[in-house]
Amino acid sequence: MSADLRERIRAAAGRGTALRLRGGGSKDFYGGAPRGEVLDTRAHAGIVDYEPTELVVTARCGTPLAELEAALAAQGQMLAFEPPHFGGGATLGGCVAAGLSGPRRAAAGALRDFVLGARLIDGRARELAFGGRVMKNVAGYDVSRLLAGSLGTLGLILEVSLKVLPRPAAERTLRLELPQAKAIEQLNRWAGTALPVSASAWRDGELHLRLSGAEAAVRAAGQTLGGQTLAADAANRFWTGVRDHSDTFFAGDAPLWRLSLPSSAPPLELPGEPLIEWGGALRWLRTQAAAATMREAAARAGGHATLFRGGDKAAGVFAPLAPALARLHRELKAAFDPAGVVNPGRLYPDF
Amino acid sequence: MGEALPVAGRERQRAVAQALRAFLPERAVLWQEEDTRPYECDGLTAYRKLPMVVALPETEEQVQRILKTCHALGVPVVPRGAGTGLSGGALPPGDGVLLSLAKFMRIVRVDPVARVAVVQPGVRNLAISDAAAPFGLYYAPDPSSQIACTIGGNVAENSGGVHCLKYGLTVHNVLRVRGYAADGEPLDFGAEALDAPGLDLLALIVGSEGMLAVATEITVKLLPKPPAARVVMASFDDLQKAGDAVAAVIAAGIIPAGLEMMDRPATRAVEEFVGAGYDLEAAAILLCEADGLPEEVEDEIAKVKEVLTRAGATRLTVSRDEAERLRFWSGRKAAFPAMGRISPDYYCMDGTIPRKRLGEVLGFIGEMEKKYGLRCPNVFHAGDGNLHPLILFDANDAGALKRTEEFAAEVLQKCVAVGGTITGEHGVGVEKINEMCAQFRDAELELFHAVKRAYDPLGLLNPGKAVPTLARCAEFGRRHVRAGALPHAQLPRF
Repeated sequence: MSADLRERIRAAAGRGTALRLRGGGSKDFYGGAPRGEVLDTRAHAGIVDYEPTELVVTARCGTPLAELEAALAAQGQMLAFEPPHFGGGATLGGCVAAGLSGPRRAAAGALRDFVLGARLIDGRARELAFGGRVMKNVAGYDVSRLLAGSLGTLGLILEVSLKVLPRPAAERTLRLELPQAKAIEQLNRWAGTALPVSASAWRDGELHLRLSGAEAAVRAAGQTLGGQTLAADAANRFWTGVRDHSDTFFAGDAPLWRLSLPSSAPPLELPGEPLIEWGGALRWLRTQAAAATMREAAARAGGHATLFRGGDKAAGVFAPLAPALARLHRELKAAFDPAGVVNPGRLYPDF
Repeated sequence: MGEALPVAGRERQRAVAQALRAFLPERAVLWQEEDTRPYECDGLTAYRKLPMVVALPETEEQVQRILKTCHALGVPVVPRGAGTGLSGGALPPGDGVLLSLAKFMRIVRVDPVARVAVVQPGVRNLAISDAAAPFGLYYAPDPSSQIACTIGGNVAENSGGVHCLKYGLTVHNVLRVRGYAADGEPLDFGAEALDAPGLDLLALIVGSEGMLAVATEITVKLLPKPPAARVVMASFDDLQKAGDAVAAVIAAGIIPAGLEMMDRPATRAVEEFVGAGYDLEAAAILLCEADGLPEEVEDEIAKVKEVLTRAGATRLTVSRDEAERLRFWSGRKAAFPAMGRISPDYYCMDGTIPRKRLGEVLGFIGEMEKKYGLRCPNVFHAGDGNLHPLILFDANDAGALKRTEEFAAEVLQKCVAVGGTITGEHGVGVEKINEMCAQFRDAELELFHAVKRAYDPLGLLNPGKAVPTLARCAEFGRRHVRAGALPHAQLPRF
């Protein structure tokens, strides 16, 4: 199967035509508009190796994310970065290529933090292997981590090895009433203590906090923090809604902006009420405001803004890079994909 | 040994030193042998070379001008922190400039609210935690050399430590790296936010062994110091049982803050040295630490005791107080200095293997001890599968060094064969450059070289390290490992 994929890439490179790498298509909306002939990865599927006591799973790119997560759950384990699914059909390859993490990110780490190794077909149709299936490996440049969030622009991610973690013994979700500035302040303060906060979401004066860990610790922390405790199924629905953008905040057609900021940045003076995650470090906004306005506000606060969904992509989806970094991006692209075959324009227009 | 420069070399040396003196004070440019000698090697002393010139800048502007000057003159540059590295990553270029960042010792800012510290690369690892301590915070990665090693070196090597199964490596705890490319162009990777736009070049710079850029400012994450920590010390009468016990702990859904293993030869050597209270009859001991809220720690310690008992532990002791916890760890941290007491020389390996192959690899090391007639105590980060077998030898004994080399080569080969890697945390440097030929194929090595060219087209930054040329791999078809003894023998390691 990987031979077929290589053949398609080799042929496209020979002709100099673009290929659009695609799994379930659940993130077609994300990044620059896809172009080129679709190269469907879904047939290259399946878990290659999973040994729960090693805390490592290796699976092929076309493996449905839901299937992978179910296999881990059967062993009491999970992908700790809680990747979004955005509806059905998300595959592991797309998940890693998009590099997105969910509500647990601030506490557990991002997708890239869990990547241990990868196999790749680059734009020259070479099959390459980086990293491995062990926890620590410093042999060679960390190319497998570089693939996380590369949006398929460096090649087709064939297979990935990820670190997995045990599911927490206990979880509890609390709801507290707090104004925005106070919520940001408290979230930062709590993060500086040993309270087992594993997720946070603030919206419209309400802060949801998820606690995860040993039963006794979750109970004790719940008593310290107060607020209302959600029933387990309501809590699950809530966090899935935030993770997959099925929450009402994300409904409708207004452009969705994602602002990644230092967690302690005060409320931004931008129109509209945000949804705030990651202890203050991730802020979502629905607004028709100009891209320049959003980017300037994010940059002033020490972060960056992405036009995550909808809106006018002509102004660029991702924040423009400083000239030195833009040059490095072009050079790296040339190293992996000199003919510009794989997912052109998905990350940056010239890339 | 260092070598005298030929006449042409001396002229080149004078020209480069003069060019640097145009903007650096006299004390910041060293070129006389008595001054450059201390820089001839890093922690891997088997490899030595006198640098042509040593530069000791104090400002970012000076670093930039050094790089620009060397770039214009086509002179190689090798960055260096404290020089505690164990793979020869800071081995100087005989025809180039050793760029010491030792004067970059300033902690620029500690932000206790956002929980970050902005530091210069020459700041010692432990000094960051010291600066954060008044706020109840600390910097998590703790290589055992943390009292001496610098954060710049940690970034270059992606250093680990005894707590990285739970808290991650350097790459998981660094938010931003600012520095300069080989041509002096300023670079800024990452952000104080949790991500940055574009490709994750921050991930690429960490662990790049000083080959892609020179870091001048590093922003790290600080974590709240766990209010409680306790450690369980467990004895096993069989190495395989101890290895299985490690898997059993993980299978029980526990991620310990630290999970370390030592075999009997190792515990006997350290017990004599520090008196940690280890069980000297045990074939192996495990140290398993729980940290967090007191409730969490009690819960986890109870679970760990139950799992280890079921796994066949013959003795279990739980630290009663902080003093006892530190005493249990003192033996593990002193393992390397202790080896220095029982053997004139020792050689440390750094392979990482899937944990399930632990028994097999330890059995293999036992066979190699017999085959080569050399002792090899084992200490390792059991939770991560990162082995540090220590081959004891006497360099004055004819043939011992060669036997040690062959012993080590066979063990690293075994690590790769069971699906592991040649280096878990010490880096490739010059030491394991031939082993890279076993770990990677030509296509991957070519890509590494292309990545290097993207950052440094002239190949001036730390040339010849970490990634072998394809020609070299063709030449060294046979695996070949060089031995090296450690300087700073009293410094806790690994």
